[in-house]
Amino acid sequence: MRLVVDLNRCQGYAQCAFLAPDVFAMHGEEALLYDPQADDSRRDEIARAVAACPVQAIFAEGLDGTDGTPAPAQEATREQ
Amino acid sequence: MSSDKYLDQLKREGRIVVVGASLAGLRGAETLRAEGFTGSLTMIGDEPYEPYDRPPLSKQVLLGRATADHTALPRRRAIDAEWRLGVAAAGLDMAARRVRLADGDEVEYDRLLIATGVRARPWPQEDEAELDGVFVLRTRDDAVALERALAQSPRRVLVIGAGFTGSEIASACRERGLSVTVAERGAAPLVGALGGVVGEVAAKMQREAGVDLRTGVMVTALEGDSSGHVRSARLSDGSSVETDVVIVSLGATRNTEWLLGSGLGAGPRGIACDAGCRAFDVRGIVTDDIYVAGDVARSPHALFGYQFLSLEHWGNAVAQAETAAHNMLSESVDRRPHMWVPAFWSSQFGVNIKSVGVPSMGTEILIAQGSREERRFTGVYGYQGRVIGAVTFDQTRWLPFYEQLIETTAPFPPPFPTVDRRPEGNRPLPADFPDPSVPSHGPTVTLSGYSPADRRMTFTPARH
Repeated sequence: MRLVVDLNRCQGYAQCAFLAPDVFAMHGEEALLYDPQADDSRRDEIARAVAACPVQAIFAEGLDGTDGTPAPAQEATREQ
Repeated sequence: MSSDKYLDQLKREGRIVVVGASLAGLRGAETLRAEGFTGSLTMIGDEPYEPYDRPPLSKQVLLGRATADHTALPRRRAIDAEWRLGVAAAGLDMAARRVRLADGDEVEYDRLLIATGVRARPWPQEDEAELDGVFVLRTRDDAVALERALAQSPRRVLVIGAGFTGSEIASACRERGLSVTVAERGAAPLVGALGGVVGEVAAKMQREAGVDLRTGVMVTALEGDSSGHVRSARLSDGSSVETDVVIVSLGATRNTEWLLGSGLGAGPRGIACDAGCRAFDVRGIVTDDIYVAGDVARSPHALFGYQFLSLEHWGNAVAQAETAAHNMLSESVDRRPHMWVPAFWSSQFGVNIKSVGVPSMGTEILIAQGSREERRFTGVYGYQGRVIGAVTFDQTRWLPFYEQLIETTAPFPPPFPTVDRRPEGNRPLPADFPDPSVPSHGPTVTLSGYSPADRRMTFTPARH
């Protein structure tokens, strides 16, 4: 599942690295590295990390209560 | 037809074309749908991939923690668009409201959002740039090629240019155990964006991590072997570097060539637009139907003397695209100005570097908290007696406080004591930015007012 962290917002609280260590890892004191396309089997951990982030900096597709996960293949695509 | 009727019709059955299918284009398109646009939406992108995130390319991907094809951006909602990927926009007919594509097709619009961004500035000597082993890093394909080259354990990597991207690449190479030389024309890494006082810290970080950092030098030539693979680089100080991989990190060029002659106010410094993201034409008149967002835009900012700012920042692309999309579907009184306070981050050599405001406008810097020696500090930039920017090294939690000082045009130096103030923070220092008239790859903020080089019209006074 795809995710992105707004690193302007991230303040290095490391809750995500604690709750989903296979997806999020601290790199040094406060920099965060994450897997931008984590395995679907990590969904529950990612959901916990998203919920626990004190500054709500994590956005994971299909987890935020919008209209779900759109598969790009379903859209009209004209590959050149 | 009254304008609200027109807007209703536009929202219901209009045609909106987004040129540029990266972060700004995608977030703009999502905002259009979120605000009730049900007409046809076309996304045009020169790369063959759906929108992906670039910051991981110089970090996670080069560190081998993620692959370049796993960087697609999460979607906020379905945008139900027709995607024209792998084909660049080649021209604009403003009168006919038509975008011409590189394959000859044409797409008509009622509203146009331009988010064509920037591309890596290539090595200027074309024959040298074509040598095997010479790379730039901007796109997914660039990252795949570079990562593959680094995985082959080159004897030495040469990074040309120590801006943020170049420094992040050097950092990743060191973590991979590779020998790295960094050649930088300025006095230190990051000087263009953060000035010499902070650049000095960045230089120490690089050298302690084992980077062979050469400052005050230029690379004058790249030399290849008989099979066309780069083998060495000549430097302006007479020395040379034996290397198998060269990464050219000399900043970016704005993708505006396709607009040449269209009548839109576009040039090498970007596309000028008003605070509401509406593009100016070459006559300085604002258009009603063309909007701009992201790296390619330059727009006036109230907090910074209404200077036209070009911001090559991730957060700017998101915020400006949201504003542009909102304004595109709004009556004039409902439009919003793009007032995002500039902010960016970089992680390199194990340190988290973050900034708010426009440090490069600063003439002075105060180390308000922590110490440069410990690589854990907050630098506050002052301009004409007010706080104009701030940078933190591993002190991000203080940044929102300084952002608020910038937003309220607080006096500089701050008249109050700060937590963890050290002796070095007793008085401001000259911020030590390089002369802006000297070309530099460094800053990702361009303070771009009028440029004589942009002149496209000749004023001929009437004869009496």
